[in-house]
Amino acid sequence: MNIFVCVKQVPDTETKIQPSADGTFIETSSIKWILNPYDEFAVEQALLIKQANSGATVTVVRVGGTKDTEALRTALAMGADEAILVEAEDNLDSYMIAKALKGAIEKSGKNPDLILTGKQAIDDDCLQVPQLLAAMMNLPSVSVIVGFEDGEKLTVKREVEGGAIEVYEVSKPAVIACNKGLNTPRYASLPGIMKAKRKPLATHSLADVGVTADDRRVVYSNFQLPPEKPPGKKFDAMDEGAQRGIVKEVIGLLRNEAKVI
Amino acid sequence: MAKVLVFTETTANSVKSVTLEILGKLSGQSIDVVAIGDVPEEGIKALAAHGAENIHKLKGDNLDKYSPEGYANALKGFISSGNYDYVFAGSTALAKDLFPRLSGLLDSGMASEVTNFIMEGDNFNGTRPLFAGKCLAKVTIQGPKPHFVTVRPNALGMPESPSSGAGNVQEASGSAGEIRAAIKEIIKSASEKVDLTEANIIVSGGRAMKNAENFKILNELAEVIGATVGASRAAVDSGYAPHSMQVGQTGKTVAPSLYIACGISGAIQHLAGMRTSKCIVAINTDPDAPIFTKADYGIVGDLFQIVPILTEEFKSFLG
Repeated sequence: MNIFVCVKQVPDTETKIQPSADGTFIETSSIKWILNPYDEFAVEQALLIKQANSGATVTVVRVGGTKDTEALRTALAMGADEAILVEAEDNLDSYMIAKALKGAIEKSGKNPDLILTGKQAIDDDCLQVPQLLAAMMNLPSVSVIVGFEDGEKLTVKREVEGGAIEVYEVSKPAVIACNKGLNTPRYASLPGIMKAKRKPLATHSLADVGVTADDRRVVYSNFQLPPEKPPGKKFDAMDEGAQRGIVKEVIGLLRNEAKVI
Repeated sequence: MAKVLVFTETTANSVKSVTLEILGKLSGQSIDVVAIGDVPEEGIKALAAHGAENIHKLKGDNLDKYSPEGYANALKGFISSGNYDYVFAGSTALAKDLFPRLSGLLDSGMASEVTNFIMEGDNFNGTRPLFAGKCLAKVTIQGPKPHFVTVRPNALGMPESPSSGAGNVQEASGSAGEIRAAIKEIIKSASEKVDLTEANIIVSGGRAMKNAENFKILNELAEVIGATVGASRAAVDSGYAPHSMQVGQTGKTVAPSLYIACGISGAIQHLAGMRTSKCIVAINTDPDAPIFTKADYGIVGDLFQIVPILTEEFKSFLG
């Protein structure tokens, strides 16, 4: 059983983001990179399936910059068997990344039985790659998964608006995009981290996996910080006697100044 | 003038309001609307009043409920026969799942969840947040047409004086093709509330809520003002609320008219998810909490004292 997990490396959530000087991307020199948080759930799910299926292998695939290899190292240390890195800039669009992932999976020579991903990467927040990859590989896909049961067919639970759940039956192979709540990702153990260093890591260029500059579909420019809000009004309501008056004043402001109620 | 198709989802008696926001912004273009299945009469009226020339009801076998493949295949067939330059949709749970697959089937590019756009002549020029709103960038699309765009609900706002269209209703037949991922069951949420991403008012609780039980006071306030209740990551990770309620970088990005943050300190990843709210009220005992830097109205005080007073006062104010 061949399980592929597609991962992305993203800036840590607590990182301050600054546009690059030319405005075409962000300043990446001082960023702390991490495995995309949603991808941790995909890696964990792959490892749970591997535990239940002797002989199953877990291959993690990533497309992106090579300055740091935190994402692949984390996935290997958690227990993935091998890794594939497609070396590229960090600002590819979803179409190029999906096409590169498809190329890398095909180039591995292994037919995927299951492809797992996070539901979105928290850098460009596009939520496109899993579904695009599925379309390109002519596979079914289900996204935003919070429940997973293996079997002849997969039974997965997809979270939609307001916390409602759609239960899908899916024939394999399929692309499944995982959400928080699916499982509890394990921490990499020290032996796991040591072992990860000896696990196979194949590297390809974008050209190796059939992606060219012509594949770019989405072009970004003029990266900037969002406009700062002017300072608001602040009321000290620690004194119980003043609270009701302040609340009344704020409600009045919401109606007459902000006009939102 | 660009030829534009807007995909709409329906509600019990109309269409999702984000569709009307998009139509308003597309004023001046040639606009068709497509829905899968029937569109309620109120919805037809609203679409026509907001500029829809043609309203297509796409029908066929296995399209009675959503499936990523069925909807994508049917829409692909419909779109291919229409020479559209752009296909728009609101960035709802369904469209977020459907549109990337659909764009992939047509080998086309897609701009996800833009918060604003203009049509310059025939060309789309969008703005979208990245890094959960820590950054904004201009976005354009190139390559094979049509180009796909999803728009964040509540971001554009309703047009003040929309120009109407003919609103011709037409039926089209769609083919779902092979469906390998199918819905077997839908488990309804206990709450019938509007989703956070579409809510007009949100009341959110943070770590200072202390436990799940205490969210009751937020629910009571929400009930009075018609709000949806959210939570910070700290509250979710502490088990006070489910992840479906989380607002922030690893939760939902929201843009309501009014966001009331109760006992939320304002970590970068939380601010990223709610900073585009039109008006922010923060209640926190710590006068130096970062949330106050983003608040239009900050109340330094104990949420357990302030929230019940808010509920009472709103009740008499709105009642």
